[in-house]
Amino acid sequence: MSIWEYANPVKFMKTSSLVLPWVVGLAAIAMVVGLVWGFFFTPEATNFGSTVKVIYVHVPSAMMAINIWAMMLVTSLIWLVRRHHVSALAAKAAAPIGAVMTLIALITGAIWGQPMWGTWWEWDPRLTSFLILFLFYLGYMALWGAIENPDTAADLTGVLCLVGSVFAILSRYAVNFWNQGLHQGATLSLDEKENISDVYWFPLLFCIAGFILFFVALVLLRTRTEIRARRLKALEQRERMA
Amino acid sequence: MSLLAVEGLCVSRGGLPVLEGLSFAVAPGEALVLRGPNGIGKTTLLRTLAGLQPPLAGAISMPPEAMAYAAHADGLKSTLSVAENLGFWASVYATHDIEPALERMNLVALRDRAAMSLSAGQKRRLGLARLLVTGRPVWVLDEPTVSLDVASVALFADAVRGHLATGGAALIATHIDLGLAEARVLDLGPFKAKPPEEGGFKGHFDEAFG
Amino acid sequence: MIALLMRDLRLAVRAGGGFGLGLAFFLIVVTLVPFGVGPQGEVLARIASGILWLGALLACLLSLDRIFALDFEDGSLDLLTTAPIPLEGIVAMKALAHWITTGLPLVIAAPVFGLLLHLPGPAYFWLIVALGVGTPALSVLGSFGAALTVGLKRGGLLMSLLVLPLYVPTLIFGAELVRRGAEGMATEVPLMMLAGITAAVIAVVPFASAAAIRINLR
Repeated sequence: MSIWEYANPVKFMKTSSLVLPWVVGLAAIAMVVGLVWGFFFTPEATNFGSTVKVIYVHVPSAMMAINIWAMMLVTSLIWLVRRHHVSALAAKAAAPIGAVMTLIALITGAIWGQPMWGTWWEWDPRLTSFLILFLFYLGYMALWGAIENPDTAADLTGVLCLVGSVFAILSRYAVNFWNQGLHQGATLSLDEKENISDVYWFPLLFCIAGFILFFVALVLLRTRTEIRARRLKALEQRERMA
Repeated sequence: MSLLAVEGLCVSRGGLPVLEGLSFAVAPGEALVLRGPNGIGKTTLLRTLAGLQPPLAGAISMPPEAMAYAAHADGLKSTLSVAENLGFWASVYATHDIEPALERMNLVALRDRAAMSLSAGQKRRLGLARLLVTGRPVWVLDEPTVSLDVASVALFADAVRGHLATGGAALIATHIDLGLAEARVLDLGPFKAKPPEEGGFKGHFDEAFG
Repeated sequence: MIALLMRDLRLAVRAGGGFGLGLAFFLIVVTLVPFGVGPQGEVLARIASGILWLGALLACLLSLDRIFALDFEDGSLDLLTTAPIPLEGIVAMKALAHWITTGLPLVIAAPVFGLLLHLPGPAYFWLIVALGVGTPALSVLGSFGAALTVGLKRGGLLMSLLVLPLYVPTLIFGAELVRRGAEGMATEVPLMMLAGITAAVIAVVPFASAAAIRINLR
């Protein structure tokens, strides 16, 4: 039995309908635990005050914003190489979620930045990169929306995703070169000494897990919808041709 | 030995099959006329043969660099003259001599006119003259006689005959009688793709709901 | 391929103002900027290289949507695809023709526009270098956007959304090169990066554009 069996629409519909309720439940538990713990049961940091608690939304959404694009890159490649329709539809389904995650990361970043740096927006490399990433998401979704033939749209957006990924990474380094910023470096490495203290760390882990599960649930749901829409389109087309 | 052979070909438009189980061969000196009602998939078939879209199933065998394709649109640039339009294609196909083609299609007097000032029929003649400068043996023609008058149709039929006489082959989708007595006719009607209920090709999403 | 280049150049000239139109657009941008930010020389001098780069970006973008669309509409793209030239070569030649008609005139005329914007003395040389090295990448990347949207009726705005993010690295390094040159700082790094991006784009992107055109013609 190979993993590609799940790329068959029938198999995917069957499996996803079994898995979906569990993923939704786990996502809800993890997010509620993580957010409630993080917001109400962690001490206020000495030099940050209560504003630090926005990390429980900011960090997971920022991580998802990047990882969702990476997931779209992988699924686009699978579609371009192996022609599995479900893979292309999963990429299509993931894009708006990624765009919203990027937007959440930007907005929570602004909310955090206001008290910390005294400004809502700063042309800091990380902020700028996220803005550019958001533009890539917008372009990707707009291209999906503009093309009538679904297979053509899947192919073209796949090519765009490949080229876009290269340029997103390139832009990241170009932006770094252009302006050294205020943003702090990574605080979530596995190295104990660099890490933020455990009190903040454990609820954050729950939040990250919650966001990932939430994303998986949404992608499954949206991909199922896309498959149904494709089925409908195929039926309509056949009706017209008969 | 055939110039163009098609075996069990299935072609699709917009992801759905339109023609299936198509097999035929065209030998040097032979013309094959494709017939069928609108929407049966003549253009789709010719585009597939021209390599513009992949077939859903089946095989097309043709020597490399043997085919010249002419579509509905002639691909003329309205600001270039007749000679410049033709000369461009002659250098793309590295044949460089446009005089015989101009003569054959009765365009010598028009050679310095801009393509935008030509009538529809004259444009079509220029589009067909392009085939002559390609120097390719297999012509794949989609409705070549649209907007041609009776005299020009005869001119075109002569050009095809001349092409066949030099060992070329032609595949022509058309509704009208070209006056090519020697051409074989293939009716595409029987090859219309069957819906999946009758055992035709299944789309990727047909089985999604059992 | 040379024949294709000559044909495209000839078409651009016959269509009226193939060379002049981009320049006229550039002139308008340069004229409007002082109205927006005020006529003070020191303000203009600071933003001059950025404005010139943005002008180049927009001039390039506005002329791009027709690069394949015209050939698509009159059927020559179908015929070119079945011609004995590889489609990658066709795309590269069309991008080159586009650069010769829009990028090159901008590079040549940039010092004049720099004068209007009080560009500081040492920056002129670097402006020409930066535009000369960077604008070919703009044309090639633009041809990718045009190839993606060739089948669409109203692809212009969508194409801008697709192409402009791809211009970010070129813009950053191009503008940085001019700024450092003007201030007498070391220019090797941005120059190398700019040239590297252009070289990589020219080498790789035509394959993506050709793939996009094949998909669109299907």
